[in-house]
Amino acid sequence: MKGGVLAVAAALAGAAGSLVLLADALTPGSVPLAFWALVLGVTALSWIGLERLAGVDRPRWIGGLVVPGLFGLLLLYLWQVLTVGFDVPAVLLPSPARIGHQLAANAGLLWQDFRQTFLKSVLAGFTLGSGLGFLVAVLVDRSPFLQRGLLPLGALVSAIPIVGIAPIMVMWFGFDWQSKAAVIVVMTFFPMLVNTLAGLGSASEIERDLMHSYAAGYGQTLLKLRLPSALPFIFNALKINSTLALIGGIVAEFFGTPVVGMGFRISVEIGRMNVDVVWATIAVAALAGSIFYGILALVERGFTFWHPSYRQEQS
Amino acid sequence: MQTLRTDTTMSADSLRPASREDNRPVAIDIRDLSLTFRTADAPVTALSNVDLQIRAGEFVSLIGPSGCGKTTLMRVMADLARPTSGHITVNGLSPEQARLARAYGYVFQAPALYPWRSVRRNLMLPLEIMGVPASEREARAARYLEMVGLKDFANKFPWQLSGGMQQRVSIARALSFEPKLLLMDEPFGALDEITRDHLNEQLLRLWEQTQKTVIFVTHSIPEAVFLSSRIVVMSPRPGRILEVIDCNLPPDRTLDVRETPEFLTIAHRVRVALRAGHSYDD
Repeated sequence: MKGGVLAVAAALAGAAGSLVLLADALTPGSVPLAFWALVLGVTALSWIGLERLAGVDRPRWIGGLVVPGLFGLLLLYLWQVLTVGFDVPAVLLPSPARIGHQLAANAGLLWQDFRQTFLKSVLAGFTLGSGLGFLVAVLVDRSPFLQRGLLPLGALVSAIPIVGIAPIMVMWFGFDWQSKAAVIVVMTFFPMLVNTLAGLGSASEIERDLMHSYAAGYGQTLLKLRLPSALPFIFNALKINSTLALIGGIVAEFFGTPVVGMGFRISVEIGRMNVDVVWATIAVAALAGSIFYGILALVERGFTFWHPSYRQEQS
Repeated sequence: MQTLRTDTTMSADSLRPASREDNRPVAIDIRDLSLTFRTADAPVTALSNVDLQIRAGEFVSLIGPSGCGKTTLMRVMADLARPTSGHITVNGLSPEQARLARAYGYVFQAPALYPWRSVRRNLMLPLEIMGVPASEREARAARYLEMVGLKDFANKFPWQLSGGMQQRVSIARALSFEPKLLLMDEPFGALDEITRDHLNEQLLRLWEQTQKTVIFVTHSIPEAVFLSSRIVVMSPRPGRILEVIDCNLPPDRTLDVRETPEFLTIAHRVRVALRAGHSYDD
């Protein structure tokens, strides 16, 4: 543990030093070999340090937060020194510092895009698609006829590419976020339907016999046994859908949108060769997607603490 | 290879309950019951011409090797399986009516506790389903947890308990809605012998206290002899009753009774009967 902290501290100092050198004393594109030796040393030191820290069991936040956080920093550092050191054109790959600068400079614009794409299309489409998928699953589960009839149809719908339906949804629901939400509904409905159906069938025979022996009705068995045992499946679908919804929301904006939105920004700024802004938008999307996923994973833990995959942390 | 025999029911006398107890009402009445499962290759006769009468307050063990139909017979009583032919009544009702009247508590081979419910709330599950008011649910859960010696574990989750404790919770759960009939399907089969001995003694005390009718499936001879007032010996292919053995050990017995000549005599009779069943296969 102590050795790991020392190595990481030394690596951080080396990294800071090399970044100052690169910014003030060296010319991008013609960096001396000694500098790359320094970068290699920093990388090796942080690798050794992280290897040690990753083996630490307690406190848990070291393995859970500090190690991945530092590893992320290392990757950003390498990205920075390589792009600046080799003077990579910003059109191909801008440095993290430039992307950060664009994030700060365009904060107002990026917030508008985020509100349009994430807070309107993605959240509405995700909620509606997942909710409908869940409700239909509960209904279909009761009727073998619907199960036979709807499941193949669902498979068909899920095979439709978004680039195909996005323009049609624009025709149906207009240019604003409603048509993007509709694309997301189509994308998220089927994963939720299939997962919920599998979850509703996941209770063991003995658990169902128990309910039968109590002469429990359909509703009681559903509420007290089948839905709780379906929860891990439902959360699985929610996590899949959170990613799908963001992809769908952004891509759908390529096919007609008001002059705001993350997908709109990417398609317009790439045309103007403003790659920095594209990368800044990508950074916002990645951050929003991770936080969305993280919140769902936390809620999942709260609801399915009893599932074997989470038990060890409790007892 | 395999011959199906239908002429295997023993003399009718051995199937009747001990005559001195005839004044007690009949809890379970089974006459000429057969059950055939349809499988992919050939139909399997799980039960063949079974006759059995069980009186209220009896502790009856069904014993026999795997495949002898002892669990199937109990599942028929619980309306978890339907007989192909024959008659059966449970408390004078059909098994389905008896199930709808919540006449029995069933203890399965596995504890079947719901992992998302605490021990206390697992106990309250049948009470919730049966519409018992909340205050009464709490009181019953507390009472029956205390009866099985687990009141300090009320707020734990099932997976934080040992296997023996989990099975005690499942017994308390079956008792919580106070059925007169307890159906127990190898409840201690997965436990180690020391835990099993301990639970056997607890179950015997529980039976004496509550005066319930208990049907108990097992494949352990000592367990059957120790617990039962009658032992029904069954045999496979087809599943049928070979012999019914009375078991009159003193009511306040402890595990020490297993060293007495009376115990060993009954255990020997059971073993001989089981061996007779096996010779059909060899």
